[in-house]
Amino acid sequence: MTAARGSVRRQVTIARPPDEVWAVVGDPARLAEWFPGIVSATVEGDQRTIVTGSGIPMPERILTVDPLQRRFQYRVTSSLFREHLGTIDVLALEDGSSLVVYGTDADPAVMALVIAGAAGTGLRTLKQRMESSPEET
Amino acid sequence: MGRRKILLVTTDQQRFDTLGCNGGTLARTPVVDALAAAGVRYERAHPQSVVCMPSRSTILTGQLPTTHGVWMNGVPLPEDAPSFAERLRDAGYRTALVGKAHFEPYLDPFLRFPENALSRRGTTPDGGAHRGFEHLEFATHGAAGPLHYARWLAAEHPEAVGGYYATLDASLQVNAAGGGDTGAPQVKVNPIDRGIYHTDWVADRTVAWLDGLDADDDWFCWMSFPDPHHPWDPPQSEVGRIDWHQVPLPDGYPESAAERERILDGKPRHWRLWYDGALVSNYEAPAAWVPATLTADQVREVTARNAVECELIDEALGRVLARIAARGWADDVDVVFTTDHGELGGDFGLLFKGPYHVDALMRLPLVWRPAPSSGAGAAVVTRPVGLVDLAPTFCAIAGVEPAEWMQGRRLPVDDADADARGFEQVLTEWDSELFGVDVHLRTVTRGGWVCTAYLPGTCHDGTEGELYDLVGDPLQQHNRWDDPATRSLRDDLVADLWDSQPPARRVRLDVEAPV
Repeated sequence: MTAARGSVRRQVTIARPPDEVWAVVGDPARLAEWFPGIVSATVEGDQRTIVTGSGIPMPERILTVDPLQRRFQYRVTSSLFREHLGTIDVLALEDGSSLVVYGTDADPAVMALVIAGAAGTGLRTLKQRMESSPEET
Repeated sequence: MGRRKILLVTTDQQRFDTLGCNGGTLARTPVVDALAAAGVRYERAHPQSVVCMPSRSTILTGQLPTTHGVWMNGVPLPEDAPSFAERLRDAGYRTALVGKAHFEPYLDPFLRFPENALSRRGTTPDGGAHRGFEHLEFATHGAAGPLHYARWLAAEHPEAVGGYYATLDASLQVNAAGGGDTGAPQVKVNPIDRGIYHTDWVADRTVAWLDGLDADDDWFCWMSFPDPHHPWDPPQSEVGRIDWHQVPLPDGYPESAAERERILDGKPRHWRLWYDGALVSNYEAPAAWVPATLTADQVREVTARNAVECELIDEALGRVLARIAARGWADDVDVVFTTDHGELGGDFGLLFKGPYHVDALMRLPLVWRPAPSSGAGAAVVTRPVGLVDLAPTFCAIAGVEPAEWMQGRRLPVDDADADARGFEQVLTEWDSELFGVDVHLRTVTRGGWVCTAYLPGTCHDGTEGELYDLVGDPLQQHNRWDDPATRSLRDDLVADLWDSQPPARRVRLDVEAPV
């Protein structure tokens, strides 16, 4: 037996202040800067459309953009998914750095792994970029 | 005359007993049998993982999965991982990989992995090479996905695409749907013309690459067939070669359900849990399929179709060897034939693969026919060797010093050579973590025994194990792990197992896709 729904989490610590990290992660239009295999991200209201490297357009609905909690949530509304919820949290650590957690819940379960797998690479890219050249905020 | 040229032929998920030279009686494999008769046939060659990505990464890197880091399917081999092909290329060899690579995940809607991205652009990677190969032309099972074969078939023969079995279902799980005459899982009648089936395509593209070489080029070509891995959907025109009704049941398939269950109950509990449909520990078998439902006729039909696929591979290889001879290279080419791992094939009432370290999955066909010009003689090696030994073997053939990062050794040419160089044991590992279920096995095969220790996981507490006498119990139906008579032997093998573990990669790599 296997569950239809999958839940996968990826995380990274970034040696930059949480507000600086949130400025990138919390801006839905900047996704293509750090998430691998995304050619473009277009935002209109609460709708975001990303285009993947394979040319697949994926419509999404932005659910939460909360700068106080530093939480971003979205839902892929493509027919590839029966259900999807993506959650990105930027948490402040005691030493002033950030913990970024990217959670993916999806049905089919396999897609949770596919999205989270790419997100993990994206978080590493984000860390490398932000630690080597801090954002000007 | 230049240096020796090398043709590495791999299949996918092929059992040891599917070759005539290994005692197989179903598939006719005269081409590989002839290579074996003229070269070295290995009786006890094991993979270092029984699934594709880790095993193929071992072939390329010459390292065990713990070290190269591809600990389960879906973990991409890092782009800067070591590669024997890079070493050969640095030494002036022309290098190609045609067919199934699978060092990177297939399920990739973002098209972020180089194998998938390259398939859209051409056959020459940016920078001149990828993982040491200057020419890459990919295929996998069926006609779905972004790879070269699927793109070619869709463009040139779109009517044939739908003939293939859909390897994944609507939930992107490995498909459990049955077909053929018996409703066996992953079986489908495929009306595709034989000449455009992926086996012949791989041979065609290999020939095309070879034809583009200069006569005096030194070359290494990895020709990698996707079959006889499931789905079992060979061209229907060829299925009649073997009447499944006449196929004898495998020795490892007890026809009595009670006997199957008795055997499984002697093994660690995930065996029986999977058989009963109570646990899915890995992605490589259909999640919705319950092995207990497998019938004897389904085993026969799958076995027959598998054998047909093995015959097609043998014939395709024969065609490539004929072309090599026509180019005047016959005396100077080493041919190595093997596979990445085995197939349960009905043993214990199971199909496909998973965390089950028994001969069905671990005992591999391996034949090395040295270049005739080398003067090497024929032999059979009974001592244990591993796929980890291939990388240094290719270096040795090419006259290139093996790299210090290679953990294997060049293959022995006979038992005396094996004994002189201490080929006594071979290691295999399994790690999987999928949606809350984890399984971890470490295995050593030595002195006619195979010993597997379990680490703690979802349904194991770390005290379980398996111990089989490969001579007295060749079907591994009697687990001696808890037998007081073999306690000291078991303890010795376990101590050896842990003493022999390779160094682990410093940071564990993430699973980035299911496969």
